[in-house]
Amino acid sequence: MEQEPAAAEEPGSPEARRRRRRRREGRTRTVRSNLLPPPGAEDPGTSVAKGARRRCAGTQHLADNRLKTTKYTLLSFLPKNLFEQFHRLANVYFVFIALLNFVPAVNAFQPGLALAPVLFILAVTAFKDLWEDYSRHRSDHEINHLGCLVFSREEKQYVHRHWKEVRVGDFVRLRCNEIIPADILLLSSSDPDGLCHIETANLDGETNLKRRQVVRGFSELVSEFNPLTFTSVIECEKPNNDLTRFRGCIVHDSGKKAGLYKENLLLRGCTVRNTEAVVGIVIYAGHETKALLNNSGPRYKRSQLERQMNCDVLWCVLLLVCMSLFSAVGHGLWVQRYQEKKSLFDVPESDGTSLSPVTAAVYSFLTMIIVLQVLIPISLYVSIEIVKVCQVHFINQDIELYDEETDSQLQCRALNITEDLGQIQYIFSDKTGTLTENKMVFRRCTVSGVEYSHDANARRLARYQEADSEEEEVVPRGGSLPQRGSSGSHQSVRIVHRSQSTRSHRRTGSRAEAKLASMLSKHTAFSSPMEKDITPDPKLLEKVSECGRCLAFARHQEHPLAHLSPELSDIFDFFIALTICNTVVVTSPDQPRQKQVRVRFELKSPVKTIEDFLRRFTPSRLTSSCSSIGSVAATKPAHKAGSSFLSTLPNDSALLGLEERLGPPAPALASNGYSSGARGWAAQCAAAREPQPEPEPEPHSEPQPQPGPEGELRYEAESPDEAALVYAARAYNCKLVDRLHDQVSVELPHLGRLTFELLHTLGFDSIRKRMSVVIRHPLTDEINVYTKGADSVVMDLLLPCSADDARGRHQKKIRSKTQNYLNLYAVEGLRTLCIAKRVLSKEEYACWLQSHLEAESALDNREELLFQSALRLETNLHLLGATGIEDRLQDGVPETIAKLRQAGLQIWVLTGDKQETAINIAYACKLLDHNEEVITLNAESQEVCAALLDQCLHYVQSRSPHSAPEKTAGSLSVGFSPVYPPSTVTTAGPSLSLVIDGRSLAYALEKNLEDKFLFLAKQCRSVLCCRSTPLQKSMVVKLVRSKLKAMTLAIGDGANDVSMIQVADVGVGISGQEGMQAVMASDFAVPRFRYLERLLIVHGHWCYSRLANMVLYFFYKNTMFVGLLFWFQFYCGFSASAMIDQWYLIFFNLLFSSLPQLVTGVLDKDVPADVLLTKPQLYTSGQNREEYRPRTFWLNMADAAFQSLVCFFIPYLAYYDSDTDVFTWGTPITAIALFTFLLHLGIETKTWTWLNWTACGFSILLFFTVALIYNASCATCYPPSNPYWTMQTLMGDPVFYLTCLIAPVAALLPRLFCKALQGSLFPTQLQLARQLAKRSPEKLSAPKGTFAQGHVPGEPRTEPSEQRSLRASGSFSQDCGSQASWHAQQPACSPEASGEPSVVDMGMPLREDALLEGLSGQTPGASSPGQVVLEGCPRYSRRKPTSTSRAAPLSSIFSLPSFSSLSWISSLSLVSGLGSVLQFSRSGLQMDKRDGEFLASRPQPDQDLRGLSGQTTDCF
Amino acid sequence: MTWSATARGAHQPDNTAFTQQRLPAWQPLLSASIALPLFFCAGLAFIGLGLGLYYSSNGIKELEYDYTGDLGTSNCSVCAAAGQGRSPPPRCSCAWYFSLPELFQGPVYLYYELTNFYQNYRRYGVSRDDEQLSGLPSALRHPANECAPYQLSAAGLPIAPCGAIANSLFNDSFSLWHQRRAGGPYVEVPLDRTGIAWWTDYHVKFRNPPLVNGSLALAFQGTAPPPNWHRPVYDLSTDPNNTGFINQDFVVWMRTAALPTFRKLYARIRQGNYSTGLPRGAYRVNITYNYPVRAFGGHKLIIFSSISWMGGKNPFLGIAYLVVGSLCILMGFVMLVVYIRYQDQNDEDEDEE
Repeated sequence: MEQEPAAAEEPGSPEARRRRRRRREGRTRTVRSNLLPPPGAEDPGTSVAKGARRRCAGTQHLADNRLKTTKYTLLSFLPKNLFEQFHRLANVYFVFIALLNFVPAVNAFQPGLALAPVLFILAVTAFKDLWEDYSRHRSDHEINHLGCLVFSREEKQYVHRHWKEVRVGDFVRLRCNEIIPADILLLSSSDPDGLCHIETANLDGETNLKRRQVVRGFSELVSEFNPLTFTSVIECEKPNNDLTRFRGCIVHDSGKKAGLYKENLLLRGCTVRNTEAVVGIVIYAGHETKALLNNSGPRYKRSQLERQMNCDVLWCVLLLVCMSLFSAVGHGLWVQRYQEKKSLFDVPESDGTSLSPVTAAVYSFLTMIIVLQVLIPISLYVSIEIVKVCQVHFINQDIELYDEETDSQLQCRALNITEDLGQIQYIFSDKTGTLTENKMVFRRCTVSGVEYSHDANARRLARYQEADSEEEEVVPRGGSLPQRGSSGSHQSVRIVHRSQSTRSHRRTGSRAEAKLASMLSKHTAFSSPMEKDITPDPKLLEKVSECGRCLAFARHQEHPLAHLSPELSDIFDFFIALTICNTVVVTSPDQPRQKQVRVRFELKSPVKTIEDFLRRFTPSRLTSSCSSIGSVAATKPAHKAGSSFLSTLPNDSALLGLEERLGPPAPALASNGYSSGARGWAAQCAAAREPQPEPEPEPHSEPQPQPGPEGELRYEAESPDEAALVYAARAYNCKLVDRLHDQVSVELPHLGRLTFELLHTLGFDSIRKRMSVVIRHPLTDEINVYTKGADSVVMDLLLPCSADDARGRHQKKIRSKTQNYLNLYAVEGLRTLCIAKRVLSKEEYACWLQSHLEAESALDNREELLFQSALRLETNLHLLGATGIEDRLQDGVPETIAKLRQAGLQIWVLTGDKQETAINIAYACKLLDHNEEVITLNAESQEVCAALLDQCLHYVQSRSPHSAPEKTAGSLSVGFSPVYPPSTVTTAGPSLSLVIDGRSLAYALEKNLEDKFLFLAKQCRSVLCCRSTPLQKSMVVKLVRSKLKAMTLAIGDGANDVSMIQVADVGVGISGQEGMQAVMASDFAVPRFRYLERLLIVHGHWCYSRLANMVLYFFYKNTMFVGLLFWFQFYCGFSASAMIDQWYLIFFNLLFSSLPQLVTGVLDKDVPADVLLTKPQLYTSGQNREEYRPRTFWLNMADAAFQSLVCFFIPYLAYYDSDTDVFTWGTPITAIALFTFLLHLGIETKTWTWLNWTACGFSILLFFTVALIYNASCATCYPPSNPYWTMQTLMGDPVFYLTCLIAPVAALLPRLFCKALQGSLFPTQLQLARQLAKRSPEKLSAPKGTFAQGHVPGEPRTEPSEQRSLRASGSFSQDCGSQASWHAQQPACSPEASGEPSVVDMGMPLREDALLEGLSGQTPGASSPGQVVLEGCPRYSRRKPTSTSRAAPLSSIFSLPSFSSLSWISSLSLVSGLGSVLQFSRSGLQMDKRDGEFLASRPQPDQDLRGLSGQTTDCF
Repeated sequence: MTWSATARGAHQPDNTAFTQQRLPAWQPLLSASIALPLFFCAGLAFIGLGLGLYYSSNGIKELEYDYTGDLGTSNCSVCAAAGQGRSPPPRCSCAWYFSLPELFQGPVYLYYELTNFYQNYRRYGVSRDDEQLSGLPSALRHPANECAPYQLSAAGLPIAPCGAIANSLFNDSFSLWHQRRAGGPYVEVPLDRTGIAWWTDYHVKFRNPPLVNGSLALAFQGTAPPPNWHRPVYDLSTDPNNTGFINQDFVVWMRTAALPTFRKLYARIRQGNYSTGLPRGAYRVNITYNYPVRAFGGHKLIIFSSISWMGGKNPFLGIAYLVVGSLCILMGFVMLVVYIRYQDQNDEDEDEE
């Protein structure tokens, strides 16, 4: 209902009208109910009638809900499609050529025939488009005919309608799990609080529930919402695609306005969850919905190779023009020469005059262009498209890129840049969610300056690693029980319970079960057992329960919290903050909350007005009431206020609660919610050190909203950190039980259930980097602000503490301690969050509230005002503590990075995380190496940054040509912030790494510094940009792309990576935890980071090499074919006649010679996948564009010229001086060309499958069949050529066969010779790899056996197999030559391989490098035996890894089996070493005893261990 | 194992050899070791074939005579000089005398050869109407536009056969005389002028228009002969099976040659005493010299040739096979050297480790 708002309301002041008009023109839409009577019927009011009329007029402009994504209709298809196709220049060109044929003077072919190929190509494309359009139409139809309930005015009830019939202004009723048909303003919900939960998975892939709220004013309605009574007018924005914003207002009849926000809008495509029924009015429908406006279809990118190809096509055009010009000049001369002489064969013009040589030359030029048009390959574009589609299909289908856990495979979203994957030089990666799992696990915390290291928790996490690394093993892990028990006897019961649950989880940890689990609980994110089950630190747990006990005692007193020591008080607040300072939604599975008939208390919703506030708080202050069940037992007469908080409980329990509240205090409280806690406490008091059962809530006293048994509650958080914290708090028995928009219920150990009145939630934003909740504490009745945020921000907002009094000093001490711990956490690679609190006095609150409410109700720049308001609140905080959350590395990240490195890829990590965290993750994933020098750039200003860059450049330059040793010793540290512990570098040529923070990056990206920065960055092995904004990320990518002319790939998983993904040549999204925004923007979506390895190294390489070879072949083929025609011009007076029949000329490319090259282009594998994976260096061939360079292009063209010479002159000489006619001579040439093409393709084809053979056979067969049929079909039908019975005659002519034999052989002899010679003398890396893969399948299958066995613990390794494996690796390193590291690791690995962990006195650092490299190089195999086996034995199902491992013909050849045993040993030691290895490896300072034993004799154990632990990290 | 216990995911790709790109494949490696036997085998085969071809081509006898009549070369120079610059040239005849010391093994074919004659000139090559030639009455009356300017005569009559190719029909004629004994009389050697065209051309492609009242001349009534022709198409021969469009000389001429130097079959000698070949003795070829080629630097040749299974005499193929074969062998040796050295290296490398 687009209409003039002025007409909808009573006319206001002129000024207001003007404003409205502006708005109308600008950006508003007005919606009113469709149920209002139609114009003129009952309503005599002129203004309304006018409005209604306008509305009718406006309806036409308003999209209905019909979805129409099709591009064409039956009528418009042909013109529209043709129009679109002619946007392609090539098509226009070919049509032009074809039309040229209609000019009699220049025509070369039968005009109709000349059109055939163009029409064919156009038809193929049109058919493809038609098919796509049809499938779109079908899916549209399906969606359009989905049903929903729409209120009908006639029937006065909701009736079933199709989606497409829904119109703006309709009232739609949705039930649970229904999909929302349009953008709907939520007017009523069955939820008691007017809430509605939606799942936006269809929109952004996020599976957590989002909360939507009934429009204010409607939520207060007690009775069922009746659409007929809806007379308000909704003014809102014009349709736009901003999913995160919706603004507008609803104008009631009374003239009262209420704002509408994003929280009121249900978006099309989302699903209603946990809410029984909702009713809303349609605001945007069909294509105006935000979901559809966001849908922008697939992206078109042009690949690097295609750009190069287009450039070469231009060369071909040039060549064509040159040839034609040459021909034209030649013809002019020829005509001049023969014309005067009245040659018998000269043909005058039709009027008898003779053609002037110049005219003849011009005609000849044009005809030559027609005849030689084959040089511009018309089928090239189509073929490339076909090949790419097949490549995409194969990539999609690759089972190795299939993630079972999420049941997702790799998706190619961009269809035409597959070959770019093989040429990437720079990878820009996000960290969180990309390198790491983005599964946040609470790891440790510090509260009020005391660190709780959560060792047991660390061990637990370590066990998940093991569990995953030995996934097949189903031995119960009873062995570790006693040890766990020792962590605290009072915990033993719990421990038993836990160990059981861990066991089940351990099994769940195996991928298969995890998949099942994830399928079962599809709708809950962040809920793996690893994240849920936190093992509490015993010390802290005790303090918490002590705290609870004290509070339980003190609760009846005036100031319960005052009885706690400051530390305990902090602990208490800390956990309260963890529990409630978030936006976690608590759900119990599949139970929408019922709308209860209930009394609404006035204090239901958050404070909205000052009066409200005063009403609410003044009395409560007077009576100092407290308002939760937990505190009702207090002796205060808190009837009115207190009772309000029962509102969420079902009726009977509310009554019960009331009763109890009125009843006597504690001793009598035995039957309600908190009694169990009390009982538990009592029990504990009696036997403080006895095992304590988990407080089990009693079912009957825990009604509806609170589920009975533990575990049924599901926490759905918007960010995984929040969930991690809530789960952590739950481990300390501080359970988040329920959250409504105005209250939070928490269950505490001894206090039972406390209900906090939630006054405000100030959500997280990336500028503030924190979030806060304002609550009223039920125990103290104080207004508290709990803030949780990045340490850098929160630490600055703390209440300045005076150094005078002891308390202040104490605080200061706590702060510095906390800061220390925070640094420690960061060094450990944990994500840190600070928790702080502020107690507001009522006055302060009132003051703030006033401004906040103003901000909230502001219509203009509301966001800005709210931001300011939040800033005002979040000051003078009191630090409670900090948490360290571990974001674990994804599986195989270090290996993948190592592989990608080996593949010559530069990896830059661009992260928003803080420097220390980022550096540590970088170390953990082997992006940084302790051998490396780390240059850290932290500049405070532009000048400083410039100076630093200069300094670094100097340094880099000075060390690059054999640097002086004293310079390299010790790491270079520049900058103002403390640099990471220096790594000792003693050898020449350690690689450099650059770490730069966001601010310095901003300076470095300035115009005058970017070159220096890039130069420096180019020298570095890895670059780490911390604290970078999304914009900076994309700027960095852009810079590298444009300045270094490098192929870039950006990979990320979150919205903050979108810009970077879009800027890069290839954007990869990780379909991970953070929604689908990155995926939507990406060209390829992978389930996990590690799949990047296979995607790039295998598929990228294949796609590139296939396509490059195919394009080259295309150029060769066309040039060679055109060459034949061109040489003929020398013998036909450059008259542009062709000896090849027009049919062959036109269809040769299209039919006869296209299939084999397509098959090769799709299927050819120059190097098998496993070899590519084990030898990533091969990837560099794509980076260096070895297959398709200008040089290869011209060589190729030269070869084509040579071949055409041979193929022309052999038949020429063979038929010289004979009575052969044009086509009897031309047909053998055509056949020769075909054979030559096929043989040439044969030389280029590296793998011959039956498909290749079939295609070649088919080509030949097709040619002869077509030729025979064509030559027999009609004697006179195809002027000007007249090939009747030619082929038949030729088939009886031995010379035909003889020339067909000799010419292709002679033509290809040089190529074959050169290739063979080059293959023997100067083989490329690729050829070596192929050789190896081919030569030694048996040799390699032997180590394969031991390799696979190595993973079964306890299986003895046999000596002979070791020997064999050694030999295999030996032969390998010889084969690939020149790889220093491979040679170097031979002596290093052999003693270990034979089972003695003795020292090999190499002493050379090279050895360490090699060792590490070797380890990381082979770990993918180690971490997933199933995978390797599969690679190895293609003919067997992957389900039977053990039985097939022997049969494997090709194993991972380079996987250095001797190392597999080493890694096996180390993994054993790590099993006993438990989780501490991880820690140890990161700090590089501590050393676990067991590992030390094992590896003590190593020269530099920590380095070796780092390798090992890195590997175990990846066993996850 | 849990692997097999779990259900397949909905998106799990098919694990087939094709989709996983694991089709069994032959993976040849282009290197000395594989090229070596290839080169030797191909080389030997080619040399063998080449030798065979060479000798079989050498067995073919050929006798050719350039009768263009360049100044002082033969008695045809008179005719050539007479025709110089005149169109149409006056009727003239000359003769070529030659003697055979021994039997010219038959069957003997008589060819004429033209050089520097561009029958493959594009505008020339398209200047014909196949439909007219196939005897289609409508096409006879309305020749195709491609025939222009030989589509309609000056009088506006359709030209039959139309087009430049027909217009330029070779019109020299030859007769062969044999003198058995020196001083003896010359006996005419019968020349078989039939069966010189392709069977399909003569029987399918070229057809006379339906006879009118049994007369071919009437069928062609209302058409004009091509400007260069002295007689109408139905008068090309007295033999009703060899006149009109199916005159074999005409049919042969209409099969346009591929290259500017070409031969066309004129006659076969296979009758009577001459079926085994031309016996020894002196011969005279009477040439009716009509066709002017000197203007554009062309030459006219007359050729007697026997043929073998591979057609006329052309040593090229044999030589080509020999050369390519030898090249293969040569390359094979290079490969051998490379192979041996490379192999040594390999062994050394293996010894090192």
